[in-house]
Amino acid sequence: MTISIPNSAGLTDEDLKNIYRVMWEIRFFDEKVDQLFAQGLIHGTTHLAVGQEATAAGSGAVLRKTDWITATHRGHGQTIAKGTDVNAMMAELFGRTTGTNKGKGGSMHIADLDTGNLGANGIVGGGFPIAVGAGLTAKMKGWNRVALAYAGDGSTNEGSFHEAVNLAAIWDLPVIFFIENNQYGMSGSVKKMTRVKQLSDRAQAYGIEGVTIDGNDLMSVIETTHQAVEKARRGEGPTLIEALTYRWKGHSKSDAKKYRTKEEEENWRKEKDPIRRAKDRFIAAGVFTEEEADEIRKKAKQAIEDAVKFGEKSPVVAVETMYEDVYAE
Amino acid sequence: MREITYADAVREALSEAMRENEEVFMLGEDIGVYGGAFGVSRGMVEEFGEERIRSTPISESAIAGTAVGAAMTGMRPIFELQFSDFITIALDQIVNQAAKIRYMYGGKAKIPLVMRTPGGSGTGAAAQHSQSLENWTAHIPGLKVIQPATAYDAKGLLHAAIIDDNPVMFYEHKLCYRTTSDVPEGKYVIPIGVADIKKVGTDITVIATGIMVHKALEAAEVLSKEDINIEVVDPRTLVPLDKETIIQSVIKTGKAVIVTEAVKRSGFSAELASVIVENESFDFLDAPLVRLAGAEIPMPYHPELEKKAVPQVENIVEACRNLMSHN
Ligand SMILES: Cc1ncc(C[n+]2csc(CCOP(=O)(O)OP(=O)(O)O)c2C)c(N)n1
Repeated sequence: MTISIPNSAGLTDEDLKNIYRVMWEIRFFDEKVDQLFAQGLIHGTTHLAVGQEATAAGSGAVLRKTDWITATHRGHGQTIAKGTDVNAMMAELFGRTTGTNKGKGGSMHIADLDTGNLGANGIVGGGFPIAVGAGLTAKMKGWNRVALAYAGDGSTNEGSFHEAVNLAAIWDLPVIFFIENNQYGMSGSVKKMTRVKQLSDRAQAYGIEGVTIDGNDLMSVIETTHQAVEKARRGEGPTLIEALTYRWKGHSKSDAKKYRTKEEEENWRKEKDPIRRAKDRFIAAGVFTEEEADEIRKKAKQAIEDAVKFGEKSPVVAVETMYEDVYAE
Repeated sequence: MREITYADAVREALSEAMRENEEVFMLGEDIGVYGGAFGVSRGMVEEFGEERIRSTPISESAIAGTAVGAAMTGMRPIFELQFSDFITIALDQIVNQAAKIRYMYGGKAKIPLVMRTPGGSGTGAAAQHSQSLENWTAHIPGLKVIQPATAYDAKGLLHAAIIDDNPVMFYEHKLCYRTTSDVPEGKYVIPIGVADIKKVGTDITVIATGIMVHKALEAAEVLSKEDINIEVVDPRTLVPLDKETIIQSVIKTGKAVIVTEAVKRSGFSAELASVIVENESFDFLDAPLVRLAGAEIPMPYHPELEKKAVPQVENIVEACRNLMSHN
């Protein structure tokens, strides 16, 4: 039980290694999805979080299995970090019966109630009020659980954001609003779409605490989320966290990325890669060696390769199931 | 004449209208440099600038409401909802404001706005990005509702929508964007409320809306080889609806098949059916009318299920064959 990097969440080196593995799983998962799409092996639409691994892995690591999240349309990483089986996720994208949603949801709607994942959302801002509802359940039932709503910068311009934060605030609900500010909502840069300097400034309007952090710094994500979660568990209400990060890829499949420059992209890739930064930090602190880091990376890669095989081998959804689950029996 | 795509036809109408009238402008998510999610407004910001091609934050309620306010005060806004599913968020401004203001104010206001939005399934985007909700707005007095199927219709009807002094809902279909047809250069106006007989026939009237017009025409090809000659009627506008064309066609053929992508229950197909049975065409029906429409399920992600969830060419063919055996 060594703790080479002291942290308020009490994460041991073993925990950190695990988180490191999760980061690679997220990266490999989304890179693989990108490939499978290009090859026409999976269909529909998908939004990749390559470059945003630290926000999901760090925040997911301080949540308990019984805590809830609402994920976004860019939610593969958030879902992996909360503990959903990557096999089931991949099977979902292949439209198989073993998928998280039995092949009916696809990339934008992956949900896994067993691990507290209330679902990704195709509706931008749709998750905020749902997380507030989960927080309300926790409060009314006296459960020591929190709900964390992931969202992108663009989603904070939806009415649902403002209404949900206000409601959580006035009722002191155990909800964390976790904004992954990757600088763009589709083509809309955050600088053009809001006048506030930091999205966390918006917390003030609702009388709650707001913080902005470097979302590509894993330890900072862990610390900040842990503080907010503990505060929520103590009954002291919601926190708005803004984590600055960047999506390396386009918004979705077809995106000419005319709204940003190559230099900007290169800068984030080369200088601010969250996985590389975590690795350097861990090696420097003695959490693991270069060789161990490599082993972990390979394991993650293998997990994703296995997931693809699992997905491909799983039974195809039968057409007759199309009428199942419209209503509860 | 030239053949251009539906997306290009929509863009032409938008550009022509904006060149002609300074009061016309556009607002919506990613409509600028990105050209909208389906590339419909690609290149327009270069010509008209960011003042008139306004890329907005992700705020559907504010987008719709801003259009209402601008329309009431002398502009002619065209707003785009990136997917028609997001009308759920904009609906208060559309239904409770845009649709009724003129009436409530004793006719003293006018709301000349156009909402453009892509609807329908076929892209594997699952239940939150695949719905056909046009009927929701067709139900509301004060709104006009257009659902063009071809590039030609899209351009002419969009021009009509833009010069109309009412709030007009303009439903495009994602899968129509790449279809092509002969489209004249320059402005032309197709009057709102006039159906189009897309194919003349004698045996069965097939009334189809939106993308289903294309499927009905394909079915007509198949059926013609079996000596079944169907007439394809495209209402083009749901509100106001050209009942007369539908009634006359059914009187001629004596049989009716209605095809919509939207879910059957409480869908526009029911409205079309009632037009036939409430009018003199009822007396001419020599078989029960048939409704083909979306399955009563949220749209599934899996491609096979998605296909099964909405009428396909073979369903139309089969329905028509069955109807012929009624003679
Ligand atoms: C209500 C709604 N409006 C618009 C969209 C289309 N859309 C999907 S993702 C997206 C951008 C979201 O940006 P942001 O919240 O910053 O998240 P990011 O994609 O950057 O992760 C948009 C406009 C949608 N899915 N739902």
